[in-house]
Amino acid sequence: MTVSEMAKELSLTAVSGADGERNVSGVYVGDLLSWVMGRAQSGNVWITIMSNINIVAVASLADVSCVVLAEGVVPDEGVCKTAEQKGVNIFTTEKTAYQIAKELADLSL
Amino acid sequence: MNEAVKLHFLVDGEDFTSAGQASVQVKKSLRELGIAPEIIRKVSIAMYEGEINMVIHAGGGEADVLIYEDRIEIHLNDNGPGIANIDLAMQEGFSTAPDNIRSLGFGAGMGLPNMKRYSDSIQIDSALGKGTRILMVVQL
Ligand SMILES: Nc1ncnc2c1ncn2[C@@H]1O[C@H](COP(=O)(O)OP(=O)(O)OP(=O)(O)O)[C@@H](O)[C@H]1O
Ligand SMILES: [Mg+2]
Repeated sequence: MTVSEMAKELSLTAVSGADGERNVSGVYVGDLLSWVMGRAQSGNVWITIMSNINIVAVASLADVSCVVLAEGVVPDEGVCKTAEQKGVNIFTTEKTAYQIAKELADLSL
Repeated sequence: MNEAVKLHFLVDGEDFTSAGQASVQVKKSLRELGIAPEIIRKVSIAMYEGEINMVIHAGGGEADVLIYEDRIEIHLNDNGPGIANIDLAMQEGFSTAPDNIRSLGFGAGMGLPNMKRYSDSIQIDSALGKGTRILMVVQL
């Protein structure tokens, strides 16, 4: 499944749609950046409430397929622009991390 | 072609908005050189943690990445306060990061353990008041 297809299934809002054709595989939930860095797998959907600029470098370097900001969190100014430039997909949603993870599990992710 | 490819970066200790920039640039360069994705990920993670540590704990520093035929070396040098007890600092969960830094998602005390885990060898030379020099090697 691609990032765009996954986002459509979950009705997520794209705030940086850099590479919608990328494939998604697996899910990682976490807000502490060095945990994400060390434990997320390449291609994962990363669910977090952390929205400052540092998530862009972490998402890029950990090579996750996209970031999903839960609980209605809105990214800081400049984050979306930088994310577009660095090829990082970011979505927002009012859903909780649990709801998102459950819906992704229902999609067999 | 035995000459190493050399990349040099000044890591700004003031500017949090561009933290990680050197690592992102290295990732891009390694891609252009056709290095395997698993290797790029190892180098990216190990270098990012070291780069961020120089920003958070040492007020910035310098990074040199040398790409040889058989390995990639990541050299990190700073003139920060140094690490009092390296064995303690290497333990998962140990952190001296202040609250304002923790609120950004740092300070889990997982950076140095990640550097160890994602490099094939790590050498840390640090002393209080002298700064910190780190060499990480990832085999190709
Ligand atoms: N370059 C450095 N100069 C001075 N002290 C350092 C340096 N790098 C690490 N340290 C010390 O070692 C501790 C552990 O580092 P580590 O990267 O594992 O965790 P952290 O940076 O505190 O949190 P995290 O990396 O999980 O965000 C730091 O809190 C700091 O006290
Ligand atoms: Mg750290």
